[in-house]
Amino acid sequence: MNPIESPPIESSDLEPGLTWQQILARKSFRELNARRRAFALLDDDSSARELCGPFDRLESPWLDPQGIVPQADDGVVIVKGTLASVHAVVIAIEQAFQGGGIGEVSGAKMSAALSLAARDSRDGTPTAAVLLLETGGVRLQEANLGLAAVAEVCSAVLDLRALSPVVGVIAGPLGCFGGISIATALCTEVIMTHGARLGLNGPDVIESEAGIAEFDSHDRALIWSIDGGATRVAIGEADQLVVDDVTAVRAATAGAIKRGAPQAYRSRNLSRARRRLDAVDPATRPSPEQLAQLWKEADR
Amino acid sequence: MQTLNLTFPATSAVSKSVHVGVVGSGDLEVLLSPPDGDAVMVRVRTSVDGFDEVWTNVLTRFFTEYPAGGKYEINDFGATPGMVTLRLRQALQEATG
Repeated sequence: MNPIESPPIESSDLEPGLTWQQILARKSFRELNARRRAFALLDDDSSARELCGPFDRLESPWLDPQGIVPQADDGVVIVKGTLASVHAVVIAIEQAFQGGGIGEVSGAKMSAALSLAARDSRDGTPTAAVLLLETGGVRLQEANLGLAAVAEVCSAVLDLRALSPVVGVIAGPLGCFGGISIATALCTEVIMTHGARLGLNGPDVIESEAGIAEFDSHDRALIWSIDGGATRVAIGEADQLVVDDVTAVRAATAGAIKRGAPQAYRSRNLSRARRRLDAVDPATRPSPEQLAQLWKEADR
Repeated sequence: MQTLNLTFPATSAVSKSVHVGVVGSGDLEVLLSPPDGDAVMVRVRTSVDGFDEVWTNVLTRFFTEYPAGGKYEINDFGATPGMVTLRLRQALQEATG
């Protein structure tokens, strides 16, 4: 009997940049929950400790009256420790709880952690922040309180980034959308995997607001060609594209922290934004590849 | 959403607190901490109403097999009985292992 020949697997089918042997050998970052992601990034010397954990029971007071079961940590995990021997706080959003939606409590946990890192940095202990961003944005059940929380997160990122690096990591599969994507754009560096997505409005929102002709939320190839990690890095809205591997994500994050607080910020480069807008004619939509080329030329 | 409170007899008690799971679709979160007395005290908050009998059966069977005293706070988001049992065993294993 002949052994069944399996067709050759192109590495790009599974994870660009990895052979299947490497895929089997790696430790996936995306498969970890928020808490495990946070601990996996920090140095493994037992110095890492969780702040405001589930047993502090900082759960949302707004979900129970609306008949929704709350979570004891309100879906945000804060872990303090060191990363590549630099003091760091990891703020990880749990995508499985309420689609990573940010409410009053979870948003306050994020902004308080960032503000404390800024205070420590001012007091002589430079403390970097790493944001693990998997969220659909503001939790609709908490509406304006969530929006206010996002504003506080943005304000805290601006405060800290002048002192220490604030690194955004989007590993997927949910991706980063809504109000928190604005905070992402303020980060000193953004790291993405191929499977991660980043956008202001999510595909479903665009389709329901502007119609299926504008954006088909069921067309995965289309969505990833626009919101996906490869495109976001190619057009310079994210900085590093990494494979889904704990070691790779950790190395990229450590690199971003080692580079320190930058002198210039992408979010303040308004002339670049103007040149980029001028380079695109809305009447003729460029393909993602064409857009990357157009904006590369505009940036020169 | 419905809250259930149940107690069961125990022959031992857990000595440390553990947290497992997530309040995500088909899953649940378990916060297990040492008991005040020596009984099993369970508080279930579940997103699905009307399954009191199923919860009682699942928990009675579990705590008959593992009479480990403790406070069990369960935040459930539509987990199946199998999932509930797995998460409880995971919590107990981490608390006693």
